[in-house]
Amino acid sequence: MGCRISAVLDENGKIVSLEGYTCNVGKKYAQEEFTVPKRMVTALVRVHGQNRPLSVKTAKPIEKSRIFDCLKQLESCTVILPVHAGDVVVPHVCGTDVDIVATREMY
Amino acid sequence: MDSAFRETRGTFLQKRLVYNLMVDVIVIGGGAVGCATARNLSRFRLKTVLLEKASDICEGQSKANTAIVHGGYDAKPGTQKAKYNVLGNRMFQKVCSELDVPLKWNTSLVVTFSEDGIEKLEQLREQGRQNGVPKLSIIGRDELFRREPNLSREACAALLVETGGIVCPYEFTIANAENAAENGVRFCRNAEVRKVSRDETGLWTVESTAGTFTARAVVNCAGLYSDRINNMVSEEKFHILPRRGEYYIIDKRYADTFHASIFQLPTKMGKGILVTPTVDGTILIGPTAEDIDNRDDTRTTPAGLAKSLKFGSRTWEHIPLRDVITTFSGIRAHCDKNDFILGEAPDAPLFFNAGGVESPGLTSSPAIGEFLAGLVADRLHAEPNPDFQPVRHAIPKFREMDAAQREKAIASNPDYAKVVCRCETVTEAEIREAIRRPVGARTIDGIKRRTRAGMGRCQAGFCTPRTVQILSEELHISPLEVTKFGGNSKLLQSYLFTKGEDDHAQR
Amino acid sequence: MRSVDLIIIGGGPAGLAAAISAYESGCRDLLILEREETLGGILKQCIHNGFGLHTFHEELTGPEYAQRYIDKVLQYQIPYQCDTMVIEVTPDRRVTAVSRANGLQQFQAKAVILAMGCRERPRGALAIPGWRCSGIYTAGTAQRFVNLEGILPGKRVVILGSGDIGLIMARRMTFVGAKVLACVELMPYSSGLKRNIVQCLDDYNIPLLFNHTVVDIKGRERLEGVTVAEVDPKTHRPIAGTERDYDCDTLLLSVGLIPENELSRMAGVRLSPATKGAVVDENLETSVPGVFSCGNVLHVHDLVDYVSEEAGQAGKNAAAFLRGEQKETGRTIPVVDGFGVSGAVPQKIHVGGADEAVNVMFRPRGVYRNAKIVVSAGDRELYSRKARILTPGEMVNLKLRPEQLRRIGDAAELAVKVEAS
Repeated sequence: MGCRISAVLDENGKIVSLEGYTCNVGKKYAQEEFTVPKRMVTALVRVHGQNRPLSVKTAKPIEKSRIFDCLKQLESCTVILPVHAGDVVVPHVCGTDVDIVATREMY
Repeated sequence: MDSAFRETRGTFLQKRLVYNLMVDVIVIGGGAVGCATARNLSRFRLKTVLLEKASDICEGQSKANTAIVHGGYDAKPGTQKAKYNVLGNRMFQKVCSELDVPLKWNTSLVVTFSEDGIEKLEQLREQGRQNGVPKLSIIGRDELFRREPNLSREACAALLVETGGIVCPYEFTIANAENAAENGVRFCRNAEVRKVSRDETGLWTVESTAGTFTARAVVNCAGLYSDRINNMVSEEKFHILPRRGEYYIIDKRYADTFHASIFQLPTKMGKGILVTPTVDGTILIGPTAEDIDNRDDTRTTPAGLAKSLKFGSRTWEHIPLRDVITTFSGIRAHCDKNDFILGEAPDAPLFFNAGGVESPGLTSSPAIGEFLAGLVADRLHAEPNPDFQPVRHAIPKFREMDAAQREKAIASNPDYAKVVCRCETVTEAEIREAIRRPVGARTIDGIKRRTRAGMGRCQAGFCTPRTVQILSEELHISPLEVTKFGGNSKLLQSYLFTKGEDDHAQR
Repeated sequence: MRSVDLIIIGGGPAGLAAAISAYESGCRDLLILEREETLGGILKQCIHNGFGLHTFHEELTGPEYAQRYIDKVLQYQIPYQCDTMVIEVTPDRRVTAVSRANGLQQFQAKAVILAMGCRERPRGALAIPGWRCSGIYTAGTAQRFVNLEGILPGKRVVILGSGDIGLIMARRMTFVGAKVLACVELMPYSSGLKRNIVQCLDDYNIPLLFNHTVVDIKGRERLEGVTVAEVDPKTHRPIAGTERDYDCDTLLLSVGLIPENELSRMAGVRLSPATKGAVVDENLETSVPGVFSCGNVLHVHDLVDYVSEEAGQAGKNAAAFLRGEQKETGRTIPVVDGFGVSGAVPQKIHVGGADEAVNVMFRPRGVYRNAKIVVSAGDRELYSRKARILTPGEMVNLKLRPEQLRRIGDAAELAVKVEAS
């Protein structure tokens, strides 16, 4: 489980060759890692009226460079219950096309 | 007086200082000796206060020792150590029965691993005989291995001490305190004594971080600090030379490995390293003996732990290191006079000492407590307390109940149906009770010592969030204020989010 | 005393999958007993991503993965009790549980599935010297505080152990505003997934120190710092002169998971020293008839997908057991850990029995590159597979097909080994 992919880059940082991937998912991931790395972000947001937080995630990977901006925006969020898994908590976080969705039910 | 400084559940941080409160007796120090003394003082009509500097009683030597009820062969004849060890040993059964404290007369064995040690064993037997210790005998290999099949094959012979036992030292201390409190003694924790002085009328004034008290008599049971207290008032000075000992605790799975408490031949530093079962079924290995400068330095050290294992493995050849529960260290209040200093200070009337009480302090404590209380009562011409109730019932332990008892417990208290500490099967009922009792728990460690929650294999990994919650509820404090053992030992930093009632909401 | 056909102890990923599988195999008289207030087990606090790639072909967070199974349990109306702690299991399958809602309960089960998961190794077990202050947590306990209770345990963190839980918490603590100073690993390699090293440490410039450990703990009341030293790779003893102090108020330990087999012991189940879990056959049945084991309590897994798969097998087999279906007994032979293999499960298999594939899982003992995994019976090689890399942090899951198993013949044992190149 988990391929070890190695890449050879030219002096401009472009990928010259890739090896070690066992499927296209891995190939795509490797290509992205060297160009625009992206990450799924999972986080916690405030729930109105209690200390227990709501767990959330980005609906799809977000650019790695925007992770902390994303977390910062989430800091100012408050969710009102009830919440269902999949509910959009913050649409288009930080002006990207990535929504933040709840990952669990909370009543 | 009651309302002025009665410890309530709600005021964990004792904010109210007490001024010039007048009592009959002040006991300084809430260890086994102080609590036993307090309990015995409550047999008399005496207004007694016990001042403990730490956030809880039993935070000093009494929580970190080998938990042995010593036979009494080890101390030099004619010393206070010898006298009170033997007296205390004789009293231990009765006191533990009255106070519902776990006690087992599992015997002690002083083992020699070479033939020329046998002479030493004979000397110890003779010394014991002089001290008045009964039922001492030397046994050979056959008998030794019959009793202890898991003992190292190098063992040659042993001194069998039939009056040796094991006890739970913190339950013992706490039980004495609870009983004392039920019989009217007041306990003040977070009360570090800063100054003790006597006025021209002969009254004692004790200034502490919890306030100032005045009393007709003071009893110094301050253990590691008993020298400081004594030396504030008496010219007969003594000095504590702190001596650290480090231990290993081995998993209960090995409960049946040894039956007796296995000693090695004593050295001039002390009784040597033991391998002993505890009343809880774990096995203790230790203590080492290292003279240190700082009497609060309860760290464990690589050298100390290694030594504990090295010497312990002479007794137990294959110590199962994969089954270590934890390690700890304790500091002995070894005194430069090499003996207990008991009684009224010759130059300080109505100031009484239990100074330099190190091992066999636990064993001696009932006898010391009885002696000092008797002395104080006599000097103060105190009348007996007709309402003294000697019996104290332990918090009923779910783990020790049979099915019928469990059902009954749950029926009367549904909190018995909620297991909080999985490793030791401790229920919420016991934890709440531990907080609610007189001189009750205020901290994680306080709960640990009163219930065993957190003492098992996972070392509080599972129960901590729940215990924090219970403490928070019972003491009406935020979970963020819960500490491991008072002071700055907070567990938690902050909430990720405030409750956010006034924030705009987003969905 | 209430009679129940099948009791499943634990409502986490293993217990849920086992219950669902037992139900789908026809069992209708079953009961899940779970000690927390809701189902889901440890997944409830695993709010990070990475679950379900094999099972659902999507990446889910822990709670989402758990919910898939919880939904099925609800759909099937499989009975369950939460807030219920099992305190005893006897060899004749009497299960005693206690809960506020139902008090003390005794069940007589015809079959039991042990799915209690595991606990974390604490500081005490490592005998780390120093002060015994507050601020020292196992990574899972800290994870519970942060993710479920919304409480930050501390602000400046050192993590001992680069297992997955430690790595995940390195990122989580960073996300919630703490400063993670270093991840310290005793071995020369991490036992966590490579992807976690990249996405939890490298992404946040958190140094990972191999061949290091914590040698001293400072802080009388609350942790104030730790001393980290390099260790000799062979003896793991600290090398004098390499000590470095870190100012921190929190030490998180990710130094090992131990299957929680207290109940198994009570039931007389034989345990394996290699896995610390039950010794089982290919049906995941333990040494006690009718008692099955699966999930982390059987052996510590890395991927919840394998837990679900394994638990599914246990559920199916428990249901078959209840139907009185005896697999052809024949003889059983041990499955032996050969070179490079630790804790192969199952530890024994029936020979000449039902014509079904057998999953064998094990942990590589070390790091092997361009190696071959080989399963042989006597001098016959039954199975082999190339592996670019094998590490102790990634459990190997291999399937022995019926036609491969048929070639066991009269061999005395099955050996699983790594052939390093």
